[in-house]
Amino acid sequence: MHRRGVGAGAIAKKKLAEAKYKERGTVLAEDQIVQMSKQLETFKSNLEEFASKHKQEIRKNPQFRVQFQEMCATIGVDPLASGKGFWSEMLGVGDFYYELGVQIIEVCLALKHRNGGLITLDELHQRVLRGRGKYAQDVSQDDLVRAIKKLKVMGNGFGMIPVGGSYLVQSVPAELNMDHTVVLQLAENKGYVTVSEIKGSLKWEKERACHVLDHLLKEGLAWLDSQAAGEAQYWLPALFSELTSRDVTPEEANQMTP
Amino acid sequence: MDRFSWSNGLLEINETLVIQQRGVRLYDGDDKAKLDVGVALLSTHRLIWRDGKNHDCCMAMPLSQIIFFEEQAAGIGKSAKIVIHLHPSPVNKEPGPYQNSKYSFIKLSFKEHGQIEFYRRLTEEITQKRWENTPVSQPISTGTGPQTGRTRAVGIVGIERKIEEKRKETDKNISEAFEDLSKLMVKAKEMVELSRSIASKIKDKQGDITEDETIRFKSYLLSMGIANPVTRETHGSGTHYHMQLAKQLGDMLQAPLEERGGMMALTEVYCLVNRARGMELLSPEDLLNACKMFESLKLPLRLRVFDSGVMVVQLQSHSEEEMIASALDNVTEKGSLTAEEFAKLLGLSVLLSKERLLLAEKMGHLCRDDSVEGLRFYPNSF
Repeated sequence: MHRRGVGAGAIAKKKLAEAKYKERGTVLAEDQIVQMSKQLETFKSNLEEFASKHKQEIRKNPQFRVQFQEMCATIGVDPLASGKGFWSEMLGVGDFYYELGVQIIEVCLALKHRNGGLITLDELHQRVLRGRGKYAQDVSQDDLVRAIKKLKVMGNGFGMIPVGGSYLVQSVPAELNMDHTVVLQLAENKGYVTVSEIKGSLKWEKERACHVLDHLLKEGLAWLDSQAAGEAQYWLPALFSELTSRDVTPEEANQMTP
Repeated sequence: MDRFSWSNGLLEINETLVIQQRGVRLYDGDDKAKLDVGVALLSTHRLIWRDGKNHDCCMAMPLSQIIFFEEQAAGIGKSAKIVIHLHPSPVNKEPGPYQNSKYSFIKLSFKEHGQIEFYRRLTEEITQKRWENTPVSQPISTGTGPQTGRTRAVGIVGIERKIEEKRKETDKNISEAFEDLSKLMVKAKEMVELSRSIASKIKDKQGDITEDETIRFKSYLLSMGIANPVTRETHGSGTHYHMQLAKQLGDMLQAPLEERGGMMALTEVYCLVNRARGMELLSPEDLLNACKMFESLKLPLRLRVFDSGVMVVQLQSHSEEEMIASALDNVTEKGSLTAEEFAKLLGLSVLLSKERLLLAEKMGHLCRDDSVEGLRFYPNSF
């Protein structure tokens, strides 16, 4: 009796399975992959055509960038996922945001010793613009927010805390829970906060207020002014605006009266 | 420019600062104003400008003076500008830098950028007209008195018509772009759905997918920016792109890692690599996915995640025991160390030196003294 070779048997089995599937109308995954490959080629050329007509629009128009991002998000596509993605390669969106990411990291690093790793989106925006120089493309705050969202995957604690209508950008892995956030928001008005204010506005016990403030001090996010008239003030360098503090040059410092 | 009045630049009660931007030069109509570059500030009530060097030179104009404004794109050698068309001054306007002007408009020239946000905020404030709701203690001249009511400067009608035409043209360009974009998105969505169908079939093992086909599928996902659905994770199969990247990183990072004590934060690596590339930059995910392949490709680097979530790339040769031993030695020698002091000692970043101390503590070699003065580590004598 003939013994069928293992190879022949396996092939026959596969052909049988295929036939069964086709009968039921189910398409095999490997056929779909081939189909996807074809669709991808078509899409790529469509995108190239789009890019040749409208690439400038994305570069120049921040509103268009926002719309573009939102449309992508709606259909489940992340145009910034990879520098090797079509969107990035052909529309140039990738380089724009990835470079912005580098600039954001550098600004945050440079200021960390002063603000503990917390900075307002406004200040970050200003400093990034300064760093980019005169001939670079202008960027909106929305652009910054999207770049920051991408930076999160690298685990350095990048996050955004809503405060007073805008955001504080966190760039260190300091643990900040709801209590901390709420105190930061309270301090936004004047740049500092006191224990009494926390007790008054938030109706907390003294211990809870002190616990939160101590944590902020430890993380380097708050500075203590124990010589303030009345009670001690906890200042948040992240919230210092240019109006109330400006960088003093050595010459200016020498001229100031002690 | 004759609409401005001298001001001390201080905000009134109920007046809030909306945005400020350095590097702004003023233009009286088409002519550069005889002023230096300064800071433009927008509040809920006024447009304020202050000289960058001489802070005493400060002027302001109520927002109600503004009829409309438009953007003027940057050109070669020219900064982007916002052109602001103004009502005539009220009779009781306080003196300012200019007595008269032949122009009814000014320009803000943004020499250090920031025009996008400034324009956006200005649009918001002019739309919301918050100055009408919150009167300020000192009456700021509103610019529309009974005499100036309907009077319009000559030429404004022509300007308005030009603006309208330009807006229509821009709208047409944008809507064409959006239309094309929408069509594109429809096709992209089809592929997203197709990829989901494929992924679920792979999961349910319907059909016979080879390793090669899986890799190809992953690269399609990468090209389209579709998140990798749950697929069969075969050992070591990222996309070819990430494998290549991983090898490149293996070469490129040897020297920098040696210089930095064998360890670098992933964000540091990101900046280093992208600054070197200049173009065709890596996305954060590209970098992460490449680093995840170090081990399977048997490269001498490792991606490591600390408890805090901080991610680092470290040289394989720098073993854990060595790091902990060196941390213990240093702390013992100095009696105690904070992360900052340790960082200075080793020439490491504060973030990474803190992680090493925490690691040594975790292994029981160090213990901590945690106070508001900072976190200090001592050898563990317990």
